Amino acid sequence: MTTEAGMQAWLTSRVETWRQLTPQLDALERSRDHSAAEALQAIELYRSLGRDLSIARRILPGSRVTKALERSYAKLHSIIYRKPHDWRARTLTLFREEIPEVVSELRPAIIWVTLLFALSAGAGWWLVSSYPELISLLASEQMINGVERGRLWTEGLLNVAPSSMLSLGILSNNIAVTLTAFCVGVFFGLGTFYIIATNGLMLGAIFAFTHQHGMAGELLKFVTAHGVVELSVICIAGAAGTMLGEALIRPTHPTRRESFQHAATKVSRLLLLCALLLIGCGFIEGYLSPDPDFPMTSRVIVGFGYGIVMVGALTGHLFGRRFVKPAAGS
Amino acid sequence: MAAPQVTLQSITGVDVELRIAGVGSRSYAFVIDWHIRVILAFSWWSVGTMLTLGRLTLTGSGQSPGQNYFFWVWLPTIVIYLLYHPILEILMRGSTPGKRMAGVRIVTRTGDIPGVGALLIRNVFRIVDSLPFAYLVGLASAIVTAQHVRIGDIAAGTLLILDSKEHDSSFARLTPANRSLDPRAADLIHELLERWMALDERTRGDLARSLLGRIDRSLSPEQLAEIPTRELRVRLQALLNPTA
Repeated sequence: MTTEAGMQAWLTSRVETWRQLTPQLDALERSRDHSAAEALQAIELYRSLGRDLSIARRILPGSRVTKALERSYAKLHSIIYRKPHDWRARTLTLFREEIPEVVSELRPAIIWVTLLFALSAGAGWWLVSSYPELISLLASEQMINGVERGRLWTEGLLNVAPSSMLSLGILSNNIAVTLTAFCVGVFFGLGTFYIIATNGLMLGAIFAFTHQHGMAGELLKFVTAHGVVELSVICIAGAAGTMLGEALIRPTHPTRRESFQHAATKVSRLLLLCALLLIGCGFIEGYLSPDPDFPMTSRVIVGFGYGIVMVGALTGHLFGRRFVKPAAGS
Repeated sequence: MAAPQVTLQSITGVDVELRIAGVGSRSYAFVIDWHIRVILAFSWWSVGTMLTLGRLTLTGSGQSPGQNYFFWVWLPTIVIYLLYHPILEILMRGSTPGKRMAGVRIVTRTGDIPGVGALLIRNVFRIVDSLPFAYLVGLASAIVTAQHVRIGDIAAGTLLILDSKEHDSSFARLTPANRSLDPRAADLIHELLERWMALDERTRGDLARSLLGRIDRSLSPEQLAEIPTRELRVRLQALLNPTA
């Protein structure tokens, strides 16, 4: 048999197997619970496809058949190498181990960002106390007019929209602010600093403005139940954002791209918990905070109680993480 | 300039080069997806509004349309528009209808199917990529980076590769009705017939004569030269399917 005839015979013998590839690969891709026999069959197919591709590259270089074999081979490779998915175990590891580790690593950044927020709030308070006309730069005209007439914008919120709608609007807005505070960290951390400083400045300024009109107590009453966690989460997301900036300024990997990717992958896990905490804040802000009949003591209990839940979640203890005593002498 | 590639390394020693999609393919996929999500969101909103309020209106003519309208009409409309990409990319394992139509797919830097986490990260960073408007940051990033990636892809460690479905039919072409025909020749004839109208008359004539000469050794170059181009096409079709 000549080489040419041998090649033709080989090609003819393999064609039927290749024709079955597309439905076979589609079936393998769709299902996630393969039996051991199916898995072994897939690995055997992978090996034989590798052999076929190797031969096809030699005898049919650049042909469409070779390209089709490459495509099928790549697809089977990704099917075989995809990560096993055990949602329960994965979620538990995420909340019990991974997020607390990120929080622990971020602790200094959280402190600095919180300090920036507090200083900005102080600056906002001082600015509006010293130059009351500056409030027009930070608050809407409607809000200013309302306070000047002795009415907080938070009053009668429930008459404007039902609690459910209010909660949804608030929580989606808070999640958007949090994600933005994180993402803009890509601008070497400056974007995050800007968002945190602006939010702090506005909070301080508005408190100063309401204080001038004798309504700071009312505003504090409104904020207490949800504010503890809401403001903390924004600071935590900001700290995560600064980590992105730091990864670019002081790369921990050979390239800035790798360093940024590593930081983003690690820190973004924390955002999931932040989003969940903000959903809770949204419901508190939509249902409890605008209710004038909800007493201050209860607001404090809800606010700090939810704060304790937040700390439990951030440290993983809420999800069953055990306290680990440091080894003696270490 | 050759298109950038990513190598999928295999333990069998047979590596595969995956071609990275350029800015054009990315934009094309995005434009298709954008139209799909706008049409879906608008359809939901318009049908819901018509059924609830009896006419298309954004304000409800000063009257509050109520909680049910918000939850059944507005909320799903916003969800369709904002969560189209993350939800479909997760469900379709790194693809969307637009990406499929444009022949591109998301993979990790090692060529594997990206996980849920990576897909969520690349979507969260749309906040930055879409700045200041019309995805200018993302577009600039895709233009200047060697692998044509936007910031979301850099953060998630993903790439967009070319993933054309046209190769799927290649295996079918290898088994022509004429069993005596060399599968490689059958593949070439199929390719030539598919591109027949796109080629100029002289080129397609030369290619067809060359193919016919290799398959039917009894034909001399002079005989082949005398066959008109239209006849050549008929003869090639007959070689693939002699009974037709």
